[in-house]
Amino acid sequence: MRWVFVGSAILVAAVIFSIILFVGFQGTQTFKDLSFAEFFLSTDWSPSSEQPRFGAFPFLYSTLLMTLLAVVLSVPLALSGAVFMAKIAPKWMREILRPAADLFVGIPSVVYGLIGLTVIVPFLGKTFGGGLGYGILPASIILAVMILPTIMSISEDALRSLPGRLEEASLALGATRWQTIWRVLLPAARPGILTGVILGMGRAIGETMAVFMVIGNSPKIPGSLLDSTTVLTTAIVKDMPNTFYGTTWNNALYLMALVLLVISLGLILLIRIIAKRSELK
Amino acid sequence: MSKKWFGLAASVVLAAGVLSACGNKDENAGAGSSPSTAPTAAASNQPSQGPEVTGTVTASGSTALQPLVQLAAQDFMAKNKGANIQVTGGGSGTGVKNVADGVSNIGNSDVEAAAEYKDKLVDHIVCIAPFALIVNNDVTIDSVTKQQAADIFSGKITNWKEVGGKDAKINLVHRPDSSGSRKLVQKIILDGKDFSKEGVTQDSSKTVAEAVTQGAGSIGYVDVPYITDKVKALKIDGVAYSKDTIKDGKYPLYGVEHMYTKGEATGATKAFLDFIMSKEFFEKPEVQKMGFLPADLVKK
Repeated sequence: MRWVFVGSAILVAAVIFSIILFVGFQGTQTFKDLSFAEFFLSTDWSPSSEQPRFGAFPFLYSTLLMTLLAVVLSVPLALSGAVFMAKIAPKWMREILRPAADLFVGIPSVVYGLIGLTVIVPFLGKTFGGGLGYGILPASIILAVMILPTIMSISEDALRSLPGRLEEASLALGATRWQTIWRVLLPAARPGILTGVILGMGRAIGETMAVFMVIGNSPKIPGSLLDSTTVLTTAIVKDMPNTFYGTTWNNALYLMALVLLVISLGLILLIRIIAKRSELK
Repeated sequence: MSKKWFGLAASVVLAAGVLSACGNKDENAGAGSSPSTAPTAAASNQPSQGPEVTGTVTASGSTALQPLVQLAAQDFMAKNKGANIQVTGGGSGTGVKNVADGVSNIGNSDVEAAAEYKDKLVDHIVCIAPFALIVNNDVTIDSVTKQQAADIFSGKITNWKEVGGKDAKINLVHRPDSSGSRKLVQKIILDGKDFSKEGVTQDSSKTVAEAVTQGAGSIGYVDVPYITDKVKALKIDGVAYSKDTIKDGKYPLYGVEHMYTKGEATGATKAFLDFIMSKEFFEKPEVQKMGFLPADLVKK
């Protein structure tokens, strides 16, 4: 029995590292054909023309902008929900709300995408005029809903696991309930909340299908939040099926995957650092 | 307490899912390599008279042909309880690549396979699929010339008033490079020239139709099963698509639908292909309603 566990551990480690190594190797092959600066700083992406050019800066820019906006939209809602569930809602209500929020995670992203395509995109197009409503804004709205349960659950756990003496002391000093939550509990739970936000960000960066349907997919820097653009994940999914293994184009897609991987690793490291720092207190 | 039960239930569901997925895999591996019964009556175009077919067949590729293959799969599975046909999209390029790599048994494509795959694959021509340029209902024109359509999709014309419509921006809806529909429109309408970089790209025929329905001043291209009453199909040079106009060669935009197999089809795959190409299936009212036309309509 013991060897089964050891074997599984070795297998998992092997799978993870071989994926990282493979993507890394394929991705760095790109630099045989083009310079580092061209890929990361040029904005001209025309891989299928006579003189192929691979400038991936627009994808990087849009990815970061979209993720940031999704987090900005999602965090206030998620925090209010977490505070409500942890400190205000009666027990029976919490018993219903918590599983209901967790169910959101199980909705396939295609469904989110279709709702975005049929409801959010036309609405934005009509409201703000002049465009179709595709772009970073609808993508961020969908992602905000998708990462809401992640941030909410983890923040709620962080709030509930605080020692009771904090709240008691604050109330004993004459603080109102609102002051206690805002000035005492939320700052104390900050590491847990940040972990939730970072996990949500990781999910938002990696989401492909739902974003593909509403982002518009033209390979350029968007002129506004409602202008068709492409992010790293959709650039990969759009061209992966029709490029041949080993071509510059295909390698450039692997390089984008590597960039995503590095961003994810960075986020995980950030979680670790936050967790470490909060232990010292 | 209830949380504990919830967690327990979730893990049971998860475990069941993992187990059943593994079960499926074995089944696939078994069926893909050695289908248990080969049909005998298939050649006579009446596969339903033969013995029960068992085994798993996977088909992927063209989202234009997908509705027909899916319908055929349902009927085929209703007739043969032991057969399992799985149909997915992904675009024609993906379908051809999948079948050549052995990922799926059948690759569906709206265009002929690229030269590098040709010698590996066996072609089965299933039917003719008329395609149409569809526009949002707020577009006032009913017909474009082929030249106008080419100028619209290559980005030369950007406003509907330039082709006799009202003063509104033209919003293009594309398919990605791996799409057969895109290649077809590029070949027939644009004479091989490049599409404009502007506009929106959608992943499947269904989402193109959806995007054109929702977006003011939009134009896209899909094959006829996806045309609903919420969009308008444009006439090309004054000719609408129909069985007769395609037969006379007046309507240019149609695709010959291919289903490729790697080497000669055998077992369940062969039985399924025979079924989808049989007169009996093709003359069903629900198939006729989709608008696909028999393959022998146009002499290539």
